[in-house]
Amino acid sequence: MGFEGIGASVRRKEDSRFLNGRGNYTDDINRPGQLHAYVKRSDRPHAKLNGIDILAASKAPGVVAIFTGADMAKEEIGGLPCGWQIHNKDGSPMAEPPHPVMAVGKVRHVGDPVAVVIAETKQQAKDAAELLEIDYTDLPAAANMTAALAAGAPTVHDDVAGNICYDWQIGDKDVVDGVFAKAHKVVRLDLTNNRLIPNAMEPRAAVGDYDVNSGEYTLYTTSQNPHVIRLLMSAFVLHLPENKVRVVAPDVGGGFGSKIYHYAEEAIVTWASAKVRRPVKWTAERTESFMSDAHGRDHISTAEMAIDAQGTFLGLRVSTQANMGAYLSTFAPCVPTYLYATLLAGTYKTPVIYCEVKAVFTNTVPVDAYRGAGRPEATFLIERLVDAVAYDTGIDRVEIRRRNFIPADAFPYQTPVALQYDSGDYQTTLRVALQNADWDGFEKRRADAKSRGKLRGIGISTYLEACGIAPSAVVGSLGARAGLYEVANIRVHPTGSVTVFTGTHSHGQGHETTLAQLVVEQLGVPMDQIEVVHGDTAKIPFGMGTYGSRSLAVGGSAMYRAMDKIIAKGKKIAAHLMEAAVEDIEFANNTFKVAGTDKTKSLTEISLAAYVPHNYPIEELEPGLEETAFYDPKNFTFPGGCHIAEVEIDPETGVVHVANFTAVDDVGRVVNPMIVEGQIQGGVAQGIGQALLEAAIYDDNGQLLSGSMMDYTMPRADNLPNFNVATENTMCTHNPLGSKGCGEVGAIGSPPAVINAICDALKDYKVRHMNMPATSGKIWTIINAGINAG
Amino acid sequence: MPQVTLTVNGKQHTVEVENRTLLVEVLREKLALTGTHVGCDTSQCGACVVHVDGISAKSCTMLAVQANGTSVTTIEGLAAADGTLHPMQEMFREHHALQCGFCTPGMVMSAIDLVNAHPAGLTEQEIREGLEGNLCRCTGYHNIVKAIAAAHPLMHAKA
Repeated sequence: MGFEGIGASVRRKEDSRFLNGRGNYTDDINRPGQLHAYVKRSDRPHAKLNGIDILAASKAPGVVAIFTGADMAKEEIGGLPCGWQIHNKDGSPMAEPPHPVMAVGKVRHVGDPVAVVIAETKQQAKDAAELLEIDYTDLPAAANMTAALAAGAPTVHDDVAGNICYDWQIGDKDVVDGVFAKAHKVVRLDLTNNRLIPNAMEPRAAVGDYDVNSGEYTLYTTSQNPHVIRLLMSAFVLHLPENKVRVVAPDVGGGFGSKIYHYAEEAIVTWASAKVRRPVKWTAERTESFMSDAHGRDHISTAEMAIDAQGTFLGLRVSTQANMGAYLSTFAPCVPTYLYATLLAGTYKTPVIYCEVKAVFTNTVPVDAYRGAGRPEATFLIERLVDAVAYDTGIDRVEIRRRNFIPADAFPYQTPVALQYDSGDYQTTLRVALQNADWDGFEKRRADAKSRGKLRGIGISTYLEACGIAPSAVVGSLGARAGLYEVANIRVHPTGSVTVFTGTHSHGQGHETTLAQLVVEQLGVPMDQIEVVHGDTAKIPFGMGTYGSRSLAVGGSAMYRAMDKIIAKGKKIAAHLMEAAVEDIEFANNTFKVAGTDKTKSLTEISLAAYVPHNYPIEELEPGLEETAFYDPKNFTFPGGCHIAEVEIDPETGVVHVANFTAVDDVGRVVNPMIVEGQIQGGVAQGIGQALLEAAIYDDNGQLLSGSMMDYTMPRADNLPNFNVATENTMCTHNPLGSKGCGEVGAIGSPPAVINAICDALKDYKVRHMNMPATSGKIWTIINAGINAG
Repeated sequence: MPQVTLTVNGKQHTVEVENRTLLVEVLREKLALTGTHVGCDTSQCGACVVHVDGISAKSCTMLAVQANGTSVTTIEGLAAADGTLHPMQEMFREHHALQCGFCTPGMVMSAIDLVNAHPAGLTEQEIREGLEGNLCRCTGYHNIVKAIAAAHPLMHAKA
């Protein structure tokens, strides 16, 4: 056994089951007597739902039951709740129209659930659903934000005038306008952030299992946060006592945000299982995923930077429209506000910032957080705008960043948009990235490419993000209807082995390994004697789950607190056993020691004494060695860094080849470097996907054109390079671990680096800006027609 | 209903299927071999890849009746009886070529066929192109490519 503590690239504990086909994903779970559900979805973007004739379908072979939105409404089943409330500029709350589990009266997007058919087999359910006769009256659709905001646009929700969910602002508009009026120069950029479809490889699935004897409901579901699902479903939708509801999120095949939210199908199978008194399973086909998993991004923005003659940033003014889709998904309203506009300072000391955000309902799938959630949109806007400043002024791209960085000695740094950064060193991440990418050698590579008839470019992005979500008091004041602490329970068994019960959830991040390493580090217990349990509300304390790169920074900190309590209690037991004063007991390497003596007791001896308390300070101490800690972070964490993309374009085809990609990120304390690198590589791949390939496309009628993996371009192995990934870390100053988070940095920092590189490669064509995805068709058009696709 | 007889991981099974039943449905639902996954419905993602008579095939795109009389190997059939991993599994573990694990079975089965088909060696570009039929959303492929390159000499040294 080698070193297994913090800093060791320990191979993952979870890999054995995954590599042998013994994972336990939701669709692998089959309950005795199980039935299968098929969800019939609207194929109309917007229509009146006049009625559903279920007669023929209900007579089809194998059909056990058919339920519609009307059936749920009869039982006063609630709508799917939204977890955040945003306020308008005038202080009034956002529009929050109901989100029925299954459509009632109207369908509002292609994919909106209309009915559920429950049958003995999946095929029978699907066949029977074909026989449902649904009477629609088509309505004109608001297929995108421009259409939804146009005069006389169709209204997605009858009582939401103009389709505006909220019109929000941050910053003092008058002050910022004043700065702009006096500025040497104003650089303006209009840009969009393309709509994405998360596409975790495991399609969503849910099994509802009602126990007739106990009256208990068990829901197995593809979730990143089982306790959040239990709370939302019990309290707001099905009105069940939480003690009668167990939610299990077993192995989950990727989430990237899309599995945070409480989805209709979870409520449907749970409710239906009690109706039919048999377990009910639903598994999405990929086509359903495309039209029912929350999408991501989808912003239209105007950004302006006021600068002085040296290129110093004087003020930033931003106006953004953000697509909410047809209904408010769980996190949706906070993404383009508190996870976006508050990030607009980026790594720069821009003194004043104003941003207004209009959130818009459209007849499309709900939009919510997708890997990065708001921060990629902010980063793309800032880092494109900074390159536009360089383009317009002729100041070097690297130099203008250096001039405007928040200096390393300025932390803690209060931005003009609410956040206080605790630590960072942007000059260093930039310097190391430039070295690692051989920035200085680039012109030689450009010339070499040119000799081969290729256009080569290099681009840089010096980004910042806020994660480790989140301080409950802060997010509460911002409109969150939940606390975003995390919890850990550490159970030291009588023989000294340890089980960790964490409220976070692993769906690829490797928590079973990383979190165990924290125990190795703090308690000195070897890796093979540590078990990490997550994902089952019947086993773990009430935790908030995994998203926003929070598991280590918040969940790991909760573990540290719980282990501190274990050590403190262990010291008292050790003091009793070794007849010493508690203050004289030291703990290190799994051993309690009386300072300055050779008297020691191992953790195992102490835990045995705690559970067999014959010789024990029983008057003062409870038996047992198990502690729980809830940790509420004091602040967000602020990873940042520098991404550099180098691309080569074939002018014959417009195809972009990413030749090199260098990332130098500051993620705070790294527990498992192998896993951290893997997280960054995966994030960068999604960022390159956004920059070059991916786009959710609706036609003007609201039909989803990119509705399958044949139409939506997922990055494949031959679209991507090897990644040159490194970290240059400063420690988070406000959590016991010093970790900041690494799950999203790759997807946040990389898209503007790629687009900046493409604009650089096309500089002879005077390309100042290009929206994502930078497809070969767009680039070919520029090269061949001299048209800036803008 | 048609009957299909096939050998899966060395064991012969006879099952009743519908004409439209897919091989992957037989594996997952009739034989409870849930290591083989379904990640899409358009034959794009490769999570369902198994070996049929030693050659990789997307089991979501093959009817069960087409598999009649064949010998199928799934991810469950790779490791030795004593639990020793196939070199490809071992290199995936060693090089952190999996995160959520959902694409992994299909990825490993495709990778083995790719290496088998190229005894003389594989360049990085050939590996990347050879993975055209398999999607991974977690890893960015970097470590998968590394793992396959590392498995190549191990597999051909053994053979």
